[in-house]
Amino acid sequence: MGRVAISGVTKRFDDVTAVDNLTLEVADEEFIVLLGPSGCGKSTALRMIAGLEEPTAGTIEIGDREVNDVEAKDRDVAMVFQSYALYPHMTVRRNVEFPLKSRRVPKTERDQLVTEATKMLGLSELLERKPAQLSGGQRQRVALARAIVRRPQACLMDEPLSNLDAKLRVQTRAELIELRRRLRATIVYVTHDQVEAMTMGDRIAVLDQGVLQQVDQPQDVYARPANLFVARFIGNPPMNTISGDVTRVDGGLAVRIPGGVVGLPPPLAAAVERLGSPQVVVGARPEDFQLGEGGPVKATVSVIESLGHERHVICRLEDGQLVIVRQAAHVPAPAIESAVGLTPDADLLHVFDAATEERVDA
Amino acid sequence: MSAPTDAAVELCPGESPVTAPAPRKRRLSRRAREAGLGYLLVIPAFAVFGVFVFYPFVRNFYLGFFSTPPFPGQPKNYVGIDQYRDVLTSSDFLDSLKVTVTFAIITVPIGIALGILLAVLAHQKLKAIGIYRTFFSSTVATSVAVAAVIFGTLLSPQVGLLQGIQTEPSILQNPDPIININLPVIRSFIPSVALVAVAVTTIWQNLGLSFILMSAGLQAVPDDVQEAAEIDGAGSWSRFWHVTLPLLSPTIFFAVVVGSIFAFQTFGQIDLLTPRGGPLKTTNVLTYFIYDQLQFAKNDGKAAVLAIALFGVTLLLTLVQFRFLERRVSYER
Repeated sequence: MGRVAISGVTKRFDDVTAVDNLTLEVADEEFIVLLGPSGCGKSTALRMIAGLEEPTAGTIEIGDREVNDVEAKDRDVAMVFQSYALYPHMTVRRNVEFPLKSRRVPKTERDQLVTEATKMLGLSELLERKPAQLSGGQRQRVALARAIVRRPQACLMDEPLSNLDAKLRVQTRAELIELRRRLRATIVYVTHDQVEAMTMGDRIAVLDQGVLQQVDQPQDVYARPANLFVARFIGNPPMNTISGDVTRVDGGLAVRIPGGVVGLPPPLAAAVERLGSPQVVVGARPEDFQLGEGGPVKATVSVIESLGHERHVICRLEDGQLVIVRQAAHVPAPAIESAVGLTPDADLLHVFDAATEERVDA
Repeated sequence: MSAPTDAAVELCPGESPVTAPAPRKRRLSRRAREAGLGYLLVIPAFAVFGVFVFYPFVRNFYLGFFSTPPFPGQPKNYVGIDQYRDVLTSSDFLDSLKVTVTFAIITVPIGIALGILLAVLAHQKLKAIGIYRTFFSSTVATSVAVAAVIFGTLLSPQVGLLQGIQTEPSILQNPDPIININLPVIRSFIPSVALVAVAVTTIWQNLGLSFILMSAGLQAVPDDVQEAAEIDGAGSWSRFWHVTLPLLSPTIFFAVVVGSIFAFQTFGQIDLLTPRGGPLKTTNVLTYFIYDQLQFAKNDGKAAVLAIALFGVTLLLTLVQFRFLERRVSYER
């Protein structure tokens, strides 16, 4: 297994820039997730690592060598496709064996490796079946077995769970985490599903419109999003972000938003002071609010969504903007159209520069 | 209220249960009515097939029982199955069958192989690839007559580009085997120069269709399966051999079956390039032999037997292909 280093890689298709000056270092045995909405360039980045697309600029290293001029077949990486891309005319055994055969691994060693990989993925009973005779989940496991069987430098996965139904996806996700722990493989995993990213990755690289937004551990991406895009993309329901004017209250700094004034704790206040901008965007996650009769921000309860274990109280500020507040199910629910006060947890507030959309205390 | 009625009665609106017959009988009659409608709808198609296929076939088979008199106007003689035996064991039939089979063996595999080659070449994302695709498929729009004229000119001893100017007779009149081997048994199976020339014409003429078929087959091979093979370390030859070709096998099988049937029915280019069965009858394929018996020998009894023989041989060949080739075809996608 080995590291993957992408430096200054750009990919342009005619006049569309799919990936823009991407630099990313994946350590040996690291599981990194490329996360972003569809069309953000994450799959293109993966395909460039695989050698299926050629970068317009920049270099890609796998292990200790630069691979820009190395063909896909010689890059020593494996890939799991969203569609699985199994060889439909071959049995499970021959599918898994194919990468070994292509690399002229001797027969006895080949058999042993195939047995090992298929056993690890619970495919031992299915070796003589063809892909058409397998369920979606089984096909997915064959694709995984084919990828891991020859212990490549890196394992690339392109939305491998998105063709599974919701229940199977949760199960396969857990299996994948366990498999990864046993294999100690370097994995680059592409997904648009933030739950997959949060639960599986050692680090998450968030991309938008071909540009890398943030690379961090999942918890840090959630707790300290680098900019407004990441703040709004990660988290479900998403973070509430409201623009307001910086104002001075009792010697401290605060932000005036529709319906009230949100005081800033000293570290954030210092950062906003340094910024010197009169306009900022404050962000608070739905769970970081107290909802009561009194509070610094006045709002009206608009809709209540009950999910059983919790509820989402959607409140309307005086200018019509919506704020989502997450409440535990055992707390009494407010009445619809009642006036409430919102108290954001000051220590968990996020403040972004309104002009650059960057986090002020980065 | 009467006894509980059967569901079938309920399903027939507009009739009261009192006047309805017993449910069971009614259900049968509905089935019969449906069957009747089915047969009624089949009649037009059956009539067309009957007039143009079934009746001529039976009539032709029957015609084979009568020998044609040497002079017109004399009554036909019923000779029964004897004529079948005589014709099918005659050396001119066996020679003709040999020529036909040889012709198919040359044209079908080479035509398909070249079609695959061109389809793979044209399956690239290159600029102006559409122009190549148009060229490669253009012979589809070329009639047999045009193809024959083109190759007839190319092979002409006076002006032909392929033959050059020489005093020898045309390649198309050369009955010598294309390869000279002095073993009588093998020698008799080696095609003549003239037959090979006609076969080349045929391959060229069919190349457009073969190219289009194989291109369509290639389109159905998923890109990501090809990419998976590439990442799995397969070189381009290995990818072609282990992935492309197996996934193309249903198309190839279709082309082999249909191509063989077409090859056995080749007539136009044979007649136009090598009239009267060619030099020493070395291009006398079965269809031409039938035509020759009918048109020049005026022996319709013998022609009928030959036509039945052609049908039988084609049917047998197709059955053999399904029996032995189809098991190697993978239909999975």
